[in-house]
Amino acid sequence: MNNSRITEMICPIPLSDHPEITMAHGGGGRLMNDLIDRIMLKAFTNPILDKRHDGAAIAVGEGRLAFATDSHVITPLFFPGGDIGALSVYGTVNDLAMCGADARWLSAAFIIEEGFSMKTLWKVVLSMAEASLKTGVSIVTGDTKVVDRGKGDGIYINTAGIGIIPAGVDIAPSRIREGDAVVLSGDIGRHGIAVMAIREGIQLESTIRSDLAPLDSMAGDLLREGLDIHCMRDLTRGGLASGLNEIASMTDCSIRIEENLIPVHDEVLGACEILGFDPLYVANEGRFVVILPRENGDRAVEILRRHDNGRQAEIIGFVEKPSYADVLMISSIGSERIIDMLSGEQLPRIC
Amino acid sequence: MKYVSEYRDKESALKYTGLIKKLVTREWSIMEVCGGQTHTIVKYGIDQLLPDSVTLIHGPGCPVCVTPIELIDQAISIAGLENVILCSFGDMLRVPGSCSDLLGVKASGGDVRMVYSPIDAIAIAAGNPEKEIVFFAVGFETTAPVTAAAVLQAEHLGLDNFSMLVSHVLVPPAIEVVLSGEDCAIQGFLAAGHVCTVMGYTEYEPIAEKYGVPIVVTGFEPLDILEGIHMCLKQLEEGRTDVENQYLRSVSREGNRTAIEIMRRVFEITDRKWRGIGRIPGSGLRLRERFARFDAGKKYEVSSHEVDEPEICISGEVLRGNKKPLECAAFGNVCTPEHPLGAPMVSAEGACAAYYRYRLARGK
Repeated sequence: MNNSRITEMICPIPLSDHPEITMAHGGGGRLMNDLIDRIMLKAFTNPILDKRHDGAAIAVGEGRLAFATDSHVITPLFFPGGDIGALSVYGTVNDLAMCGADARWLSAAFIIEEGFSMKTLWKVVLSMAEASLKTGVSIVTGDTKVVDRGKGDGIYINTAGIGIIPAGVDIAPSRIREGDAVVLSGDIGRHGIAVMAIREGIQLESTIRSDLAPLDSMAGDLLREGLDIHCMRDLTRGGLASGLNEIASMTDCSIRIEENLIPVHDEVLGACEILGFDPLYVANEGRFVVILPRENGDRAVEILRRHDNGRQAEIIGFVEKPSYADVLMISSIGSERIIDMLSGEQLPRIC
Repeated sequence: MKYVSEYRDKESALKYTGLIKKLVTREWSIMEVCGGQTHTIVKYGIDQLLPDSVTLIHGPGCPVCVTPIELIDQAISIAGLENVILCSFGDMLRVPGSCSDLLGVKASGGDVRMVYSPIDAIAIAAGNPEKEIVFFAVGFETTAPVTAAAVLQAEHLGLDNFSMLVSHVLVPPAIEVVLSGEDCAIQGFLAAGHVCTVMGYTEYEPIAEKYGVPIVVTGFEPLDILEGIHMCLKQLEEGRTDVENQYLRSVSREGNRTAIEIMRRVFEITDRKWRGIGRIPGSGLRLRERFARFDAGKKYEVSSHEVDEPEICISGEVLRGNKKPLECAAFGNVCTPEHPLGAPMVSAEGACAAYYRYRLARGK
């Protein structure tokens, strides 16, 4: 066979054009964003959805409602610092909080695998009840389906929620302006490393607990204090890097952060070193960024630090004029680098 | 964090760049061999901190990138077989073969698992006696001893459902290929600290002498690399061609003798094709005849034919250090981490992937 014919045969089927869904399509990176853009947004397009906020803000009569949904599939179901029950409530409450809304009502849908332990289900449901009590939401409707053994991973939970947006609150990436401060609510990477350590049996010196936490009281305090918040986003899959890229890509600005200002716990950093992960891309479940006018930055940090979950809040950077990349970072040694959105999932490096 | 933050310190970095600027009197080109070092250099912008007269050339040291496409095709075929669990390191799973990648096989229902060590694959084999477990062993001398230990453990446990597809490669023969190239512009080398942690650096002494190049065994943190560059430039300016060790906290001249011994017991040296470069004599490891029953290449008769890289791709030139990723017409447009055409774009440690991630301007 001659060379040119062999060359013609090469078809490295690109992951993004894969004929089937791969795990990377749910990884929170560029592939997932592609999937949403090219499949979901294309089919469902409407002015509310196209804003691509954590939740939808809908005008109803005189006021506005926020509406958000989140599905939860996690192994293990119980992990240091939380479980799938609390996660399913906080996930949606946090999405609503990022719209500046006061979360009120939740739906809960369960997909349970045949043979799942009733005792475990009770534990999960109690954890949901406790989380909803803590955040002041009521689970007002629900659904339960059971699938054949082997067709599910124990239990999947979807929640959807409705919250009320107070008058005068307008939070959206489009409001970001050059010069705005970027405030991070705490140290990053705990959830991803906590879950991965358990799932993959990685032994660390001490147990890293997930940062899973409701963000409603912190976000609510910022609003109650009258700060003119331009945008908020909770950092979940894809981590801080993906969150900032999602925000910056929807504006005419770039974001510049400083590595030395981003809090990362030593144990998380150590685990990342071993696995070849970048903490900027590791998942969180109780952290968010707030973007607001520069003169309000210190005040926001002060308010966040009143909360147990916000003790390490910092201004990590600023919004700037458009640049050669959406997100840039000054590294610890003083050089500048691009912070890109991850292509798929982070995979451990070989050496 | 101790043992990390002190090697990423701004003040010390400034000190080294100052020393380098004072030292250099003419143009020099240095190759860092290892993909991990390339990654650090591009991530931290170390090349931008150096004087214009110092050029860093990226070497072929990404084991995932250079794994031949035929072996990946073989792994993909094996992973698609009934009853097989195929295990490998995380970043190997998304490297494209000629038609698919291992994550694609997983999406289509194949049992492909990411492991952190070949020893984990042994545990899977012991726990699933009704299944066949195949470990796809890639890496330089750094990971080869653990693969060898896994073979010995499988033998000790009497596991007959465990085998491996071996694609281990060796660094010194690749350095020689680069140095013997007609248009080789490289005047000094940073050798890979982790490879030398295992092997020591006696093998590099004859290379330094034969080709008249200084070689500095170097670590992976930003300050390790700045210090390694400084040591290499100092030798160049003084006209010396010695092998020196920057990575003292990890590397000894003789290396890890136990690891070397285990490797030699299990493997023998063979010729190996490197993706993007071609066949390099004596650059690979294969299982010795005594361990042939653990050789997945023999156990599963899956054929794979020779495949060439696309013509537009200059990965061979990039891997030999003759060209930089940004000089490629395909870079960043037809060739991206989601659509990799050539070896250095496929793994996070490849030079093209590092440039794509940290250097490609795509703002507004």
